[in-house]
Amino acid sequence: MAQETLTHDHDTQHDVDHQGENWNGGNEPFKASYGKLMMWYFLLSDAFTFAGLLIAYGTLRFSSPSWPVPDFVFQAFPGVAAHGLPLIFVTVMTFILIVSSVTMVRAVQEGHRYNKRGVVVWMFATIIGGAMFLGCQALEWYTLIVKEHMTLSYNPFGTHTESGTYLEGDGHGINAGDTFVAGDSYLIHMHDGEYHNLKYKTADGETKTQAFGPKAFGQLFFAITGFHGFHVLSGVVFLLIVMVNVMSGLYHDRGNHYEMVEKIGLYWHFVDLVWVFVFLVFYLL
Amino acid sequence: MADIDITTEALEHGHDHHDDHHDHESDKYRSSFISHYIFSLDHKMIAKQYLITGIFWAIIGGLMSLVFRLQLGFPEENFSWLKPILGKWITVNGEGMGSLDPEFYYALVTMHGTIMVFFVLTAGLSGTFSNLLIPLQIGARDMASGLLNMISYWLFFLSGVVMFASLFLNTGPFSGGWTAYPPLSALPQAMSGSKAGMTLWTISLVIFVASVLLGGINYITTVINLRTKGMSFWRMPLTVWAFLVTAVLGLLSFPVLVSAFVLMIFDRSLQTSFYLSEIFINGQALDHVGGSPILYQHLFWFLGHPEVYIIIVPGFGMVSEIISVNSRKPIFGYKAMVLSILAIAFLAFIVWAHHMFMSGVNPFLTNFFVIFTLIIAVPSAVKVFNWIATLYKGNIRFTNGMLFAVGFVSLFISGGLTGIWLGNSALDIQLHDTYFVVAHFHIVMGVAAFFGMFAGIYHWFPRMFGRFMNSTLGKVHFWGTMIGSYMIFWPMHYTGLAGVPRRYYRFDNFDSFAQFASLNEFITIAAILTFAVQLLFVINFFYSIFRGKKQTELNPWNATTLEWTAPIHAGHGNWPGPIPQVHRWAYDYSKGDRDFIPQTEPLNDWELEEEHNH
Repeated sequence: MAQETLTHDHDTQHDVDHQGENWNGGNEPFKASYGKLMMWYFLLSDAFTFAGLLIAYGTLRFSSPSWPVPDFVFQAFPGVAAHGLPLIFVTVMTFILIVSSVTMVRAVQEGHRYNKRGVVVWMFATIIGGAMFLGCQALEWYTLIVKEHMTLSYNPFGTHTESGTYLEGDGHGINAGDTFVAGDSYLIHMHDGEYHNLKYKTADGETKTQAFGPKAFGQLFFAITGFHGFHVLSGVVFLLIVMVNVMSGLYHDRGNHYEMVEKIGLYWHFVDLVWVFVFLVFYLL
Repeated sequence: MADIDITTEALEHGHDHHDDHHDHESDKYRSSFISHYIFSLDHKMIAKQYLITGIFWAIIGGLMSLVFRLQLGFPEENFSWLKPILGKWITVNGEGMGSLDPEFYYALVTMHGTIMVFFVLTAGLSGTFSNLLIPLQIGARDMASGLLNMISYWLFFLSGVVMFASLFLNTGPFSGGWTAYPPLSALPQAMSGSKAGMTLWTISLVIFVASVLLGGINYITTVINLRTKGMSFWRMPLTVWAFLVTAVLGLLSFPVLVSAFVLMIFDRSLQTSFYLSEIFINGQALDHVGGSPILYQHLFWFLGHPEVYIIIVPGFGMVSEIISVNSRKPIFGYKAMVLSILAIAFLAFIVWAHHMFMSGVNPFLTNFFVIFTLIIAVPSAVKVFNWIATLYKGNIRFTNGMLFAVGFVSLFISGGLTGIWLGNSALDIQLHDTYFVVAHFHIVMGVAAFFGMFAGIYHWFPRMFGRFMNSTLGKVHFWGTMIGSYMIFWPMHYTGLAGVPRRYYRFDNFDSFAQFASLNEFITIAAILTFAVQLLFVINFFYSIFRGKKQTELNPWNATTLEWTAPIHAGHGNWPGPIPQVHRWAYDYSKGDRDFIPQTEPLNDWELEEEHNH
């Protein structure tokens, strides 16, 4: 609290500002408190962390001869269908997260109006949204790891590089004699704890087995969505703490329009924005 | 320092009577000691904490270099006398001949680099002086957030504890070089230092990054929001500009190191292959496919290159200030100085691959990096010529701070010129990973940054402790270090040109390099002497804290800047009365008939007239 009082003598300069003299000292040139600036600079640095990870993604993806097709990989809707609904589940997840940003905006707005009840209600809605997103992410990971057996060591989502005919079926829709062309995706199913790579015959009569997809796909997916999920989880925890403080009346008494809610809101919107990029590279490209 | 004695007494007192009724009172004393000296929120105390921790690490890092220099200078010598300190890392054979364990030699090299780059020249340098000078020079009562500032220091301390612990591991500290290139660093089975040593190294540095980011966010915000009335950006001392730019560099580059480490931790503990591809160890093929070790190098050097400017830019600022004050002249080309720092900072982000010319990156890509690397010479030359022009016809006072500041300029020139060699990707074919590189970066960012730090310590010692350091010892320190460090690093240019590779354990069994044996001995002796001179500094530093000549005038160097307007032993909040206001830039020396005009003094009549005529 010491610095709170120490910095106060700067705030008194606020009203004597003239146009263009904002940078002459004795005031806050961006009209933003130190706390808000700090949050912005932290987010800037965090953006660089995610940029580093996404650039790593690009590097590894483009050095890999093939890459799984998102429409094929993400076609399960947990609890509804094991396949056939490409990108529907992640659309729901994304929608929930974006809606939670809207509720966050409402919480900040109520804070500006000093409506404590409104802040709590909308923050609670945001927390629910964040928790639902995390729940969806857990279900998605569960589907990938337990049902489809994509792990850090094996990626069963492959892509055919040549045309051919299957010599055996997998009991999951592929029958012996089915044909495929280069570019078709496949999932190698697991039977009795063993991956069952199907045998097939190429156009020149060679017999081969399905190869695993690039491991980097699963590794990057778990590392980057995990890192993002960790941000969401921290955000939910911070939101909870701030909400409890709002309920205690702490921020109301500060008389700064619930600035703490605005700061945690900045973080929350940032995590949303990052998801847009993560969504783009993993699900759309 | 009287209050130290009183409070320690109070502490002991409280301890003796732990169970009686005075418990309550002694707890109060205890907490005041703790909140003043340990968990302090005052930027001046946090600066001292950074500095003293930095000195501690500099001694450790320096001693490590002496041990591996002994190995390089005297490979046939008996080192069994080191056994009491280094224990099992000295192997003694049947004839009583002790030799340094080669794996531990690599660990020493690695730790020397890590400690010096991160703990001493990043935290110890910009942590100390950003903390001390930003609030005092811009006229603020403290950092924007004292709490985050305190946490920043303690995270640095914690990362140091983790790194220190790694020195005592059974498998040894990390030994794959301070750059921690995979696959050596990513495979625990690659060498013994890559086991727990590397794990602790990574943990320590992730904590360190958190510390740097908290500190940097605070510095930037403080400079933007807490400047006193009248302190526009173009009136700020160059020190504050330099610390601001340093913080921005850290803010944008260190997070990328975090992403590199996140992937590294995955590779190490979860058997992923982000950085690993087609590797055999002991004839055994590993599972890893598809990764790219060069990806790590890109991510690392995106931090690594700005990092060298994080190290040198605070020196730019402090040297500009000290040279101007002690030449009694305004800094030559103030705006050019600011713009050149900004230009260097911008270029710092687009030259990283010049560390990777020989790593297998596309030669066409390297063209781009060569050009931008060489362009850095332009703003660097602007700075050098401006320093020299400031000195020219100055009324120079050779204080210890000034000596080190001028020494900084000398080292920055001689180290910078070899940078132009190394920036060429064609020359780099011969020079890459040789002692030429070692000589270059030690002079330009190692010794030069140390000179900036020493200049700052001698100059602002009164501001920190209200006393002066001993000037005679300081002069011995300066000349010893100046001559000593050139004796160490100058010969390395020649060995490097001859192709002697860095990081080798011994050279006497290579026909082409054995000829340098006596030169290596010379370098080692010079290193020992130079280190001994540094001990003089350490003694001088700690002696002067308690016994140095007392500061009697408020403004001992007759400087214009605000830090000298605060009381000698300023409390938390810096100025007892209102914060001083600023009416002019920081470099009004020898103006009209005045020797100097403080920033707090309103413009005189004749100055107003002059301004009007413009």
